[in-house]
Amino acid sequence: MQQRKGLVLKVNNLRKYFPIKNSIPFKKTTQFVKAVDGVSFELYKGETLGIVGESGCGKSTVARLINQLITPTEGTVEFNGIDLASLSTKEIRSARKSIQMVFQNPYASLDPRKTIEYLIAEPLAIHGIGDEASRKQRVVDLLETVGLSAYHAKRHPHEFSGGQRQRINIARALALNPDIVVCDEPVSALDVSVQAQVINLLKDLQHEFGLTYIFISHDLNVVNYMCDRIAVMYLGKIVEIGSYEEIYDNPQHPYTQALLSAIPKENPFDTKDRIILTGDVPSPVNPPSGCAFHKRCRFATEKCSQMEPVLDTVSTTHQVSCHLFKSLQQKPLPS
Amino acid sequence: MKVGEVMAERLLDVENLTVEFISGGSTMKAVNGVNLQLDKKETLGIVGESGSGKSVTATALMRLIPSPPGKITNGKIHFNGRDLVGISEKEMRNVRGNEMSMIFQDPITSLNPVLTVGNQIIEVIRAHEKMTKKEASTKAVEMLKMVGIPEPEKRLKMYPHEFSGGMRQRVMIAIALACNPKLLIADEPTTALDVTVQAQILDLMKNLQQNHGTAIIIITHDLGVVWELCDKVNVMYAGRTVESTTTKQLYDNPLHPYTWGLLESQITVGIQEQERLPAIPGSPPDLSKSLSGCHFSARCPMATDICRSNVPELMEVQDNHFVACHLQSREQIVARKEGIFNATT
Repeated sequence: MQQRKGLVLKVNNLRKYFPIKNSIPFKKTTQFVKAVDGVSFELYKGETLGIVGESGCGKSTVARLINQLITPTEGTVEFNGIDLASLSTKEIRSARKSIQMVFQNPYASLDPRKTIEYLIAEPLAIHGIGDEASRKQRVVDLLETVGLSAYHAKRHPHEFSGGQRQRINIARALALNPDIVVCDEPVSALDVSVQAQVINLLKDLQHEFGLTYIFISHDLNVVNYMCDRIAVMYLGKIVEIGSYEEIYDNPQHPYTQALLSAIPKENPFDTKDRIILTGDVPSPVNPPSGCAFHKRCRFATEKCSQMEPVLDTVSTTHQVSCHLFKSLQQKPLPS
Repeated sequence: MKVGEVMAERLLDVENLTVEFISGGSTMKAVNGVNLQLDKKETLGIVGESGSGKSVTATALMRLIPSPPGKITNGKIHFNGRDLVGISEKEMRNVRGNEMSMIFQDPITSLNPVLTVGNQIIEVIRAHEKMTKKEASTKAVEMLKMVGIPEPEKRLKMYPHEFSGGMRQRVMIAIALACNPKLLIADEPTTALDVTVQAQILDLMKNLQQNHGTAIIIITHDLGVVWELCDKVNVMYAGRTVESTTTKQLYDNPLHPYTWGLLESQITVGIQEQERLPAIPGSPPDLSKSLSGCHFSARCPMATDICRSNVPELMEVQDNHFVACHLQSREQIVARKEGIFNATT
C-alpha cells in the first residue's frame, strides 16, 4: 500500500446543479438536477481513490468538476493548496497539465481523422512544450511506455482494437507528466481478457511515475483490485468512504452492503445470500427527503425520512453517512 | 427425422452451424461449425469476448441473421423435433415469440418508442393466440405482474421512455414470456444494467425458470452471470466452440488454455493481494482474414507447430466434457504451462 505522503487534492462541499430549462420563454428555471450535492474528500499523493455508484449517482460529474471542465455551483477544488475556481481561464489551462483524464469509450475519445502521433502530441503542442522533433520522440517513448510500438504512430484510430485505443488514451493523458489522472470508467467498454491488460498497465504506470488516480467505475471487483480507498456515492452524495479493506470487509452503510452483495458469484459453488434492493434509484430532480436512500433501505426508520444524515466517523479513515450505523453494528445481518 | 425419437427430453440440437457474412468481396465466417445441445428446463451459457460469434449464434437460432450480407451456409438447428434451417419464413414466424423468444442487451432500442408497453405485449399474444383484445390485455397485466412491475394496470398504458433501464428489461422479459415459450434466448440481458438491477433481473430469471421450466440460453461475457444461472457452458472463441461442459466442471477443471485465461483474468474480490492480473496477451483475430490452425494459437502460451497448422476437433475428453485443443489432458497442459513458466523465470 502507498504511504500517505501529502495532500494533492482537496474537494470541499462540491455541488453541481444542472438547471432544467423551462420550455416557456422568459420563465425562471425552478427545477434543478442535483447531480453532485455536497461531496468532500481528500486525495493523497500516490494513492488510488475509487468512486463507485450506480448510473446517475454523479460520479462522472465529480470527475468533470475536478478537472474544471464544468464549473461547480458551489464548493471548491483545491489542487496543491490553490482553489481552481479562483484561477483565470488561462491559469486553469496550465493547471490542467497536472490533472489529466482517461475516458470510458475509447471509440469516441479519439478523433478518427487524426494520426496517433498527432493525437498524442496534441497536448504537448497546446501547451507549447518542445519543438516538433522532440515531440515526435516523446510520442515514440509514450507509445512504448503503454506497450505499443513506434510504427503505430502513423496509423489512425480505426486500425486499433478497443484495448489498444485505451492504451493510446492513456499515453495521451501521460504526455504532460500529470500528477493526477482521473480515469472515468476506463475499462468498462473492454473485454475481460483485455480489461486485465489495461488494469495491469495502469498499475505499472502508477509505480513507475508515482501517479495519483481517481478511478471511477461501477464494477466493484475492478475498484477493489485497483484502489486504496473507496468512496461510495448515492444520488450525488458520498454515503461511505474508507480504505478498501474497510469497505469490503466491514461495510457500514446499508447501500454499500447491498451493492457488495449484488456482485455476481465468484464460482458456481458459491451460495451467497443476496440483499436484493427493490425499486430504482430515485430521480435527482426530486430526491427523497431525509436520507436519499431511505425508500430502498431495509432498516429505514422514521428519522431517516425526516433528517438528512451527515458523515459520521467509524474509524480515522472510515466515514459513513447513516443514522443507524451505531445501532446496526450490534445487529447481525438478516439473511 | 431421427431427433424426436432419439432423445425425448432434448429440446434443441444444433449441428455444425456455420454463418457467413459477405462484405466487400471478402467472406467472414462469424460462426464456424458450432454444436449445441440443450435439454428441456436446462440453462446454457454461451461465453466469449466480443467478436467470438456468440450473438450471431443466437440470432441464427432465431433465423434473424440479416440477409444479405449474412447467411446460414451450413448446419442444422433441430428444435422441438424439426429443422429450423429448412422451414419457410411463414413457419418460422410461428416459432418466433411463440416457441422460442429472445431478449436483447439494450432494452431501449428493442422496444418501440411510439407504442405503449401494453400494445407491445398484446401484439405478441394476439399474433400467436386466438384472443380478443380484452383477454389479451388481461393476460398482459398478468405478465407485467409476474415480472415484478408495480401497478401493472397503470403501467400498461405507459410508453417505454417512462420506464427505467431495469423496468424496460422486465418488460422485454414479459413480452418474451407472454406465449410461454419453450426456449428463451437472452443476449447479454444484464450488460447495460447497474449491479443492483442486474441482481434483480438475474433473480427474476432464476425464479421464472423454476416456476415455468423454460429452457434458457444466456449469452454473456461475464462469467459471474454464468455461475449464477447456468447448468452448462459453451466457451466460444473466434467463431468456434473451444470448450463445452457443465458449469461446475468448467470452473473446477478447465481444459482449454483460453478458458483458463478467461477464468484467471476474472477480477474477483480478494484478488488485491496479487500484484498483477494474469492477462491473455494480444487481442482476438480478424475473422475476415483466412486463419490456419487453431484460432487461439496466436495468443496461446502453449501453442506448438501442430496448433498453427491443424484445426483441433471438438472432442469428448471426459464424460460430457468437450474440448477443441491439441493438448487435451489437464496433465499435458499443466506440464506445458510449468515448462513455460520455468523458462521465463
